[in-house]
Amino acid sequence: MAVEVLELAHGTGDLVLIGIQRRGVELAERIAKLIEQDEGAVVPRGALDITLYRDDLETVGPKPVIGETRIPRELAGKHVVIVDDVLYTGRTVRAALDELADFGRPKRISLCVLVDRGGRELPIQPDIVGKQVKVNGGERVDVLVEELDGRDEVVLVRPGVLA
Amino acid sequence: MTAPLGKDLIGLEDLSADQIRLILDTAEPFKEVSERPIKKVPALRGKTIVNLFFEASTRTRISFEFAEKRLSADTVNVAASGSSVQKGETLVDTARNLEAMRIDMVVIRHPSSGAAEFLGNRIRSNVINAGDGKHEHPTQGLLDLLTIRDKHGKIDGIKVCLVGDVLHSRVARSNIWGLLKLGAEVGVCGPETLLPRGIEELGVCRFRRIEEAIEWADVLNVLRLQLERMEMGFIPSVREYYRVFGVTAERLEKAARPMTIMHPGPMNRGVEIDSRVADGPHSVILDQVTNGVAVRMAVLYLLAGGRPELADAAKGSGGPE
Repeated sequence: MAVEVLELAHGTGDLVLIGIQRRGVELAERIAKLIEQDEGAVVPRGALDITLYRDDLETVGPKPVIGETRIPRELAGKHVVIVDDVLYTGRTVRAALDELADFGRPKRISLCVLVDRGGRELPIQPDIVGKQVKVNGGERVDVLVEELDGRDEVVLVRPGVLA
Repeated sequence: MTAPLGKDLIGLEDLSADQIRLILDTAEPFKEVSERPIKKVPALRGKTIVNLFFEASTRTRISFEFAEKRLSADTVNVAASGSSVQKGETLVDTARNLEAMRIDMVVIRHPSSGAAEFLGNRIRSNVINAGDGKHEHPTQGLLDLLTIRDKHGKIDGIKVCLVGDVLHSRVARSNIWGLLKLGAEVGVCGPETLLPRGIEELGVCRFRRIEEAIEWADVLNVLRLQLERMEMGFIPSVREYYRVFGVTAERLEKAARPMTIMHPGPMNRGVEIDSRVADGPHSVILDQVTNGVAVRMAVLYLLAGGRPELADAAKGSGGPE
């Protein structure tokens, strides 16, 4: 995926990686490190928490734990690659695009996800996909990362089955 | 997720330690919103909030207004002077009329203790107490807690002394409830006439001399001396008050350790606090003001969402992943 990101952005010159809280931040960090090892260039990276840009505060209620948002100073003229763990309805990405627009005007924004589970509710498609999986509506795909969960794993959680 | 704070925020006396911590933790990310190039997030878009101020206020009203605007709510300010309140309209009638215009929240400041709760029990909108008489000023208490936590890294075990007119102070009351719930040690210091009787029963220590309070405390929260108190006979003179209870640079120099200095404002320089202390290196008075906006954003955000009946209906309907 790191190689694909590099190809998409034509090198590290304008590249900025932005991870979506929480697991996307860890994934962006890893991709950035891999690129840095190969290219020897520092890749600016950031974190985005989209909680305050959700369109469903009324229905699901406030999410008490709001993660950190940290965006590199200048986004104008950059190629921002949004990194997230699972792409599902597309609503998180919609919120992330809105939020990014309030920080600046990148020259291009791309989307990189580890798992695309289908089930989109908005016209949003990823540019880079680690793995495509067909998952039914009631099921959940959880990405676990070593930094937060102690192990790297993608888990399919069926309703009524304890993870 | 049900409403984590209930419908209204009336006082810290009514909140659990967990609820207070939730507000402080939620305030953290909101600090960053105020540092963005565009200081605005859409979380409360389409919500209408009325700031109903029956008493003079600059800091609190503006702080609430900034908090509301940075969350994209629509706001209207109503001051008692120049409104139909002057024509004799009752509080409930004023609020019901506002509600008939389909508002979502009321932030109320009122000279009578209990006004916010009274209103909250009679209207459907969320009510936030921005200071009611001598009762509570919960968002001030919360911003004081956040400032102490920022400065000392924790609240549990920190010794905080409230200095001055504790008896008439809603800020003191909210501070005492919040601090005790989060495990701080609380002291009060001031003229006997301005300290509530029986306050020790809450587990609060009482200091007769400011020197003893300074010796004991990690944080001094210096309350505003309302100058009307002198006419009412609570203190002999402002000058004598400063001589006996004023927080001066000389007094602080004698302290064993640096002391965090707080003040809810507006300050009477040279009455309860020395200018050199207010502007000194250990003063966090302006940090309190900055934190005030973040804490109020957190309260608005937590009260605005989470209608339990809607949350139940929405479960499983596929929100954002």
